[in-house]
Amino acid sequence: MKLKKKIPLIDQHNKNGFWGGKFGGNFIPETLKKPIEDLTELFEKLRYDKKFLKERDYYFKNYIGSPTSFIKLQNLSDHLGGAQIYAKMVSEANGGAHKIYNATVHCLIAKKAGKKYVVGDTGAGYAGKMLSMAAKKFGLKCKIFMGAKDIKRQKPNVDAMKKNGAEVVPVYSGSQTLVDAVSECMRYWVSNCDNTHMCVGSTVGPNIFVKICGWSTAQISRELKTQIQSEFKKIPKKIKLINCVGGGSSAYGFWSEFIDYDKKQIELIGVEAGGPKNSRLHAAPLTTGAKLGILHGAAAYVCQNSEGQINDTASISAGLDYPGVSPIHCFLKDTKRARYTSATDEGALNAYKLVTKLEKIKPSLEPCHAFAEAIKIAPKLSKETIIIVNSCGDAKKDRDILKERLGKIN
Amino acid sequence: MSLINLAFKKVKTEKRPALLTYTVAGDNSKKKSLEILKSIAKYADICEIGFPHNTPIADGGQIQSSAYRALKNGIKIKDVFSIVKNFKKSKQSKPVILMGYYNMIYQYGDNNFINICKKVGVDGLIVVDLPYPENKEFAKKCKKKGISFIQLVSPTTSPSRMKKIIKDSHDMVYYISMLSTTGGKLKVSPKKILERYSKIKNLNKNKNIVIGFGITEKTIASLRKADGLVVGSALCKEISNSIKKRQNPVTNVTNIVLKLRKKIA
Repeated sequence: MKLKKKIPLIDQHNKNGFWGGKFGGNFIPETLKKPIEDLTELFEKLRYDKKFLKERDYYFKNYIGSPTSFIKLQNLSDHLGGAQIYAKMVSEANGGAHKIYNATVHCLIAKKAGKKYVVGDTGAGYAGKMLSMAAKKFGLKCKIFMGAKDIKRQKPNVDAMKKNGAEVVPVYSGSQTLVDAVSECMRYWVSNCDNTHMCVGSTVGPNIFVKICGWSTAQISRELKTQIQSEFKKIPKKIKLINCVGGGSSAYGFWSEFIDYDKKQIELIGVEAGGPKNSRLHAAPLTTGAKLGILHGAAAYVCQNSEGQINDTASISAGLDYPGVSPIHCFLKDTKRARYTSATDEGALNAYKLVTKLEKIKPSLEPCHAFAEAIKIAPKLSKETIIIVNSCGDAKKDRDILKERLGKIN
Repeated sequence: MSLINLAFKKVKTEKRPALLTYTVAGDNSKKKSLEILKSIAKYADICEIGFPHNTPIADGGQIQSSAYRALKNGIKIKDVFSIVKNFKKSKQSKPVILMGYYNMIYQYGDNNFINICKKVGVDGLIVVDLPYPENKEFAKKCKKKGISFIQLVSPTTSPSRMKKIIKDSHDMVYYISMLSTTGGKLKVSPKKILERYSKIKNLNKNKNIVIGFGITEKTIASLRKADGLVVGSALCKEISNSIKKRQNPVTNVTNIVLKLRKKIA
């Protein structure tokens, strides 16, 4: 299994849609074959259409607010006394997280496809909130599927979705979290694929959804590359790009421009949700060496039992609370281009405390997993090493959890 | 001739469609699901048995409930096989089709799974999320062991794709009546469904084409021109209702199957 250079990772799959010959593919009911084929054809046309790219770039700039800023966390770097720590403030994007890139692109595609309705899944509520925002912007009717447990713990985002005119459909099956929301959303699409466009909220699902999402979030690393060049004049000799990984959309977007670099120069570190300390539950299939399985239309490493039933997961961050992971991250893991590790709920909370005490930023619990890893490794690294954390979400949505766990919010 | 083909041949002489039932192995217990199967086999021509998965992407609420009940009862693949084996002990000539999602087969290993299917007497397999042409290899392996791999076709299947699927299909093809998960309300007129059905049938008259999704006591008679009709969610729903009312699901489900059979007699 080998990575190719100069070809975007999203395009390094074979004709059956598999990366590295075994990750991804299209494990879908017959009814979805045609809608997925149509979507694939449309996307492959649009992505090379200059007019469409101009439109995309217009909305990225004027609607999403691209580029998001690149800042040095001087106090945190001084405090830890090792590597220089920077953050890419993707949370500044309209709506407060990277999910707006994928949502905007999906709505643009839905318009081109002549669809009037758009449906999506959500865990932390960001994918749902952004899809509802973009749907409103582009005049599409929107339905969001969300686990009943997540609706309770991410209320600010649920309120936002409703305010944007979206219907939020609670999912009561299974563990009532993201995994069930994705299943229910796919089931809805099976029944309504003639007039409805489906947006999968991360780089997961059947092949084409991995590609569209990765193509959308890749904007993050295009910006970052320019920003690094202007900050350091050239690409520094030692960089570590740290990103949380649930489905893996922000990590892919953060890394895509840098995958061709030697890993000794630019190391890619993905941080999964290790779940509560001393609990056996987690959402870290890559870190724990989970077996290859089929979930939501794709083959990838999945937290599952020996029978192939999908395991319950647990994480304080709803956005990472997913038993599967993107096939492209499985590919990056097996080719050893990226390294994956995990942070516990407590680790993420401690990172939140430290970062918000020292700096003027408020990362959500998802990127706090990435900050936990940065805090762990920074003191051991040289002053010449540059750590960049993707601060891909804003903590506003976590106010209830933070209040409960930390007593007060900084 | 395979048991599945024999079943279709028999109903043709009776000038009626085959009645195919779908129930979930282990719902609402291992013992009860076997009893239900044995009892409904009196009126059903082919028994489809679901092996439950906890993240189904094409099942409606009724079948999901059945599957969750079975899983809660601790049903494992080996239990599903033992249910089939025991069923076949008393009903040797009744064709059994196992139906489920690919991950469970994948974890078991394709060859291993097919070999055990053969050993316990499974006649056919439906894998909901292994579409054509991705299923070609798997289908070949099934055929080698004398097990029918049942291809699904739907209203979204294009004519050229349909031709290929029918050409590569085995004893039976499953036509999904409408864009829906299982157990949806029939939102297309029976006339329209039969029109599409005839188009498929005309591609190869020797293939047995069954219609499923949205078939209940109310709708079954209107589709009796088909080679076979599958009823699943209506039966799963009856098991749920029986449990709620503290009645015996075996009697209640059997009554429904009998009624369905009378409607197409």
